[in-house]
Amino acid sequence: MLSTYGHPQYAYVPPVELRAGATRRYAVVVVGAGPVGLAAAIDLAQRGTPVLLLDDDDTVSVGSRGICYAKRALEVLDRLGVGDGCVAKGVSWNVGRTFFRDDEVYNFQLLSQPDHKRPGMINLQQYYLEEFLVKRAQELPLVDLRWKNKVVAVCQSDDLATLQVETPDGVYALETDWLIAADGARSSLRRMLNLEVEGKVFMDRFLIADVVMKADFPAERWFWFDPPFHRGQSVLLHRQPDNVWRIDFQLGWQADPEEEKKPEHVIPRIKAMLGDDRQFDLEWVSVYTFQCRRMRDFRHRRVLFVGDAAHQVSPFGARGANSGIQDADNLIWKLNLVLDRKAPETLLDSYAEERELAADENLMNSTRSTEFITPGSSASLTFRNAVLSLAGRYPFARALVNSGRLSVPSVLEGSSLNTPDSECFRGEMIPGAPMDDAPLREAGRELWLLDAVRDRFMLLCYVDTPAAVDATTLAALAPLGAAPVAVEVVLVAARDGVAPGGLRVLEDSAGRYAERYDARNGTAYLVRPDQHVSARWRTIDSERVLAALARAIGRV
Amino acid sequence: MATLNTAANFSDPDKRYFRAFSPGDDFYEALIDAHRELSDAQSALLNARLILLLANHIGDLNVVREALSIAREDV
Repeated sequence: MLSTYGHPQYAYVPPVELRAGATRRYAVVVVGAGPVGLAAAIDLAQRGTPVLLLDDDDTVSVGSRGICYAKRALEVLDRLGVGDGCVAKGVSWNVGRTFFRDDEVYNFQLLSQPDHKRPGMINLQQYYLEEFLVKRAQELPLVDLRWKNKVVAVCQSDDLATLQVETPDGVYALETDWLIAADGARSSLRRMLNLEVEGKVFMDRFLIADVVMKADFPAERWFWFDPPFHRGQSVLLHRQPDNVWRIDFQLGWQADPEEEKKPEHVIPRIKAMLGDDRQFDLEWVSVYTFQCRRMRDFRHRRVLFVGDAAHQVSPFGARGANSGIQDADNLIWKLNLVLDRKAPETLLDSYAEERELAADENLMNSTRSTEFITPGSSASLTFRNAVLSLAGRYPFARALVNSGRLSVPSVLEGSSLNTPDSECFRGEMIPGAPMDDAPLREAGRELWLLDAVRDRFMLLCYVDTPAAVDATTLAALAPLGAAPVAVEVVLVAARDGVAPGGLRVLEDSAGRYAERYDARNGTAYLVRPDQHVSARWRTIDSERVLAALARAIGRV
Repeated sequence: MATLNTAANFSDPDKRYFRAFSPGDDFYEALIDAHRELSDAQSALLNARLILLLANHIGDLNVVREALSIAREDV
């Protein structure tokens, strides 16, 4: 199978330790070169930190894994240098349709507003994402990516972790200040450290069939409850690149996974669904069950758990890989500040705090979707079908139809890093919110807010006219650039113009920034390197900005 | 005369919601949780009691009659 994709085989290189003999000490080691581990390593290297990335295999993911990458993940991937490649290869979509028996009962738009750079979602086979990330990592001299390097033992003290790593040429030891565990749902690091992951297994089985065919279905997500071609169960259809279609059939707990995987069982199911004699080839077939669970703590002294190693959700909502990429996005700028001795180690506890909160939100949403899609009792099934039977005609019932609440970033409301509002603001951009995008213009060139604002702390000062910025304001801004963790000051202006003091000016050419950030002359936003809002004010006061910065890097 | 509201209408004054689907999902979860571990007969009794409570809360019989009529469509 897998006729449309040839897996690269990456070269194993005997590690320097086996040649030189001595044990080396590293600042950061990442275990697992999946999407999350690769994202973490690339982010570190882009920030100037050397990183060792170990993977026990020598290729990208095999078979059917994650396929949906949401807007927020794409924005992070943009920052890592692979967003364009993913979007160019992927299938962009914004519309989802839900059917009950014979009829469409509901459809949704992922992006309700115009003027965002990235679509709500793209579909892309996970191996392409990994291939693009590996290529990017290999461009970065600070990433030491070692294939066929399998961690077989780990122990840690208060100031370092020690690993035993097995290679085709033997075992070597290494030490690291920080260890990022990105080794997936069956994390061997988690197991070797005797750490638990708590939650529940859902008693249902699903058949995945990736099918190669020419079809003119639109690039939309289609979800059926109890369709005529698969009575009593649900079915999901997604388009992927290379004319590959993902079809996901709910089978029920009694199904025999080995039997169901056989082509003589799979092919009639697909034929019944397609309803015609169209030609197709099976690209991949598997049967899966899933769990909704997470570790209690994502940080254990020197070890930081990210992605599926830390938390697992049901696939409904595409909240697995998407949340893992956001874990890395949240962790790496913090770890980098700690390594540079610009922030206390306790800043890493805020990684755990913020991403445990996000994991709980993802678990809650995916568990709710699962209950709706695979009701756990006859009362639950009756309510589910009642909702679906009302959804065609009554809007309130449409809002209750839950075929997956698709991945959106968490608002980190209540995070200890936020500075609460002391003035009135409308809209969604509260402290802790992931930034909304907006189209801007800089020196006549079009650009996106989220491409302009990233990688460092920035203060976005909204003004009507750049030229009107006075000497008092400039003097107030001066200390920010000189802070130990520098804050770059940028003007976002209603009208184009030249600012005094050589300040960077971004023109709010479509007015979306003012609208989405409830900005008026003098409004300032302090934003984090991971594009979340830290604090905001109606006037610029460097004392308040520096206090909010100190809070945002855990120096309070 | 009041009429039945069939637009999405769930809210929680103690909570700030960031996603439009969340208040309805909160309701639905509470509803399903209320039925956990009950037999079918117990669930049916819970539903009947719940309808009586909610109908009394609505009070306006024109609204209740409209809901009864919609609920019976195509059953």
